[in-house]
Amino acid sequence: MSASFKEKQDAIISDFEVFDDWMDKYEMIIDLGKEIQGISLEKRKDEQLIDGCQSRVWLKSDIDNTRMVFAADSDAIITKGIIALLINVYNGEKPETIVKEDLYFIDQIGLQEHLSPTRANGLLEMVKRMKIEALKHV
Amino acid sequence: MNQTPVYIEGIRSQFPILKEKVHGKPLVYFDNAATTQKPQKVIDRINAYYSSENANIHRGVHHLSQVATKDYEDARIRIKNYIGAEKENEIVFTKGTTDGINLIASSYGELMKKGDEVLISAMEHHSNIVPWQLLAERKGIVLKIIPIRRDGTLDMARFEEMLNDRTKLVSITHISNTLGTINPIETIINRAHKFGAKVLIDGAQSIQHGEINVVNLNCDFFVFSGHKIFGPTGIGVLYGKASILESMPPYQGGGDMIKRVSFEKTSFNELPFKFEAGTPNIVGGIALGTAVEFMESIDTEQAFSFEKDLLSYAEKELLQIENLKIYGTSALKTSLVSFNVGTIHPFDIGTLLDKQGIAVRTGHHCTQPLMDFFEIPGTIRASFSIYNTKEEVDLFIHALKRALIALS
Repeated sequence: MSASFKEKQDAIISDFEVFDDWMDKYEMIIDLGKEIQGISLEKRKDEQLIDGCQSRVWLKSDIDNTRMVFAADSDAIITKGIIALLINVYNGEKPETIVKEDLYFIDQIGLQEHLSPTRANGLLEMVKRMKIEALKHV
Repeated sequence: MNQTPVYIEGIRSQFPILKEKVHGKPLVYFDNAATTQKPQKVIDRINAYYSSENANIHRGVHHLSQVATKDYEDARIRIKNYIGAEKENEIVFTKGTTDGINLIASSYGELMKKGDEVLISAMEHHSNIVPWQLLAERKGIVLKIIPIRRDGTLDMARFEEMLNDRTKLVSITHISNTLGTINPIETIINRAHKFGAKVLIDGAQSIQHGEINVVNLNCDFFVFSGHKIFGPTGIGVLYGKASILESMPPYQGGGDMIKRVSFEKTSFNELPFKFEAGTPNIVGGIALGTAVEFMESIDTEQAFSFEKDLLSYAEKELLQIENLKIYGTSALKTSLVSFNVGTIHPFDIGTLLDKQGIAVRTGHHCTQPLMDFFEIPGTIRASFSIYNTKEEVDLFIHALKRALIALS
């Protein structure tokens, strides 16, 4: 059986626990941003765009049978790395889980600033849209 | 460059926040174009006001009200002297630069008619663009944009061609908050006056970096924010020539701005109170006076000269980094540097600098049309002030190199 929503979040938390220097944490986020497939430039559509004041995010969502499948991208690599973490946690989950369950790993690994309304990097809006997309299938 | 001189350390020691740590690292504060830090005497003045002087002004016969009124009006006189104005009734307290520009657009704008022209430049902050767009919608005035060149300087030849008898106002920034360009405002004021146009100078960036004399400049309006000259937020100044301010209708209605109110007819107070409706930011005005007192207490000539040395040193060090491009290369520049490295997003560099204790600004700096001109999403902007040191520039360059390794 695949990892539960909670297990996936806990795994990320323990991955980040080994670093006590902020730069090391961010190097890992940058690596994740480079690895994730994202959405290629030619496939990005205007309706997928979430325009943050600082960085821009594109989000695509689908449902495969009963499970949500997201793809996303950003013009900033750190934003893209955090997207990779969010997609890792949300992909393959049932819409009900995404709508109802608490997303706590961002706070636990100290990245809450990136999901604050003042950061304006598009991530907060992206999480909202992921939930709205999931809600359509509940 | 030489090590940081003792007099800069002396200025620096008056700013308690500069001893703070951020993410466990010593704070390097290079976001001075956004707001400046506050010296201890400004912080103490705010504290003292609320501890022992708080009262509403201009109305009370009681002791505290009279003390507060005197302190507030003394601050106005100090500010008047600092910017070289002739009369204290030419100093209107506002919320800040944006508020000052909106006051002019709303009130002086009321005297304009359809087809009148207002000139701004392509390097303006949104706060010197949007109020004029609103006025254009309201009154049918025509907004014209003075273009800039690739080095971030104004196209003065185009400016001269754009002036005509319909030009009623030129509203222009003294110093670009994004590029650091110092505009030739003396020439602009002189040429505009030949066509009978008035000139509004946005002094948000210049007030902390040099001495301003509004009479010598002969500008018609000059606006700035208190928080950019080591004072509190929420207070600013609009200087206007008394004869022009007299001719303008009130901006907002309320207490303090009236002489006599009846349901049939209300008459307005004299300058500057005509433009100061409601209980003002009393402590803000008083503490801005203290910030000006602080400026008068330091050797600004040496301090401004060291700021320029910091800029040259930082630019020299930055240009040794591969693929680094500086935006704004005017020969006349204030002490800020805006740049990008290759195609790396400014947000990424800004985030990694922050984690190393370096505070810079990233993004479009409220100048989106300027970003469109350079076809970039934003820049990283390091802006220096009189308390910054050479050692901080070294920390910044070191942190930037580390960020670039992480992002490569």
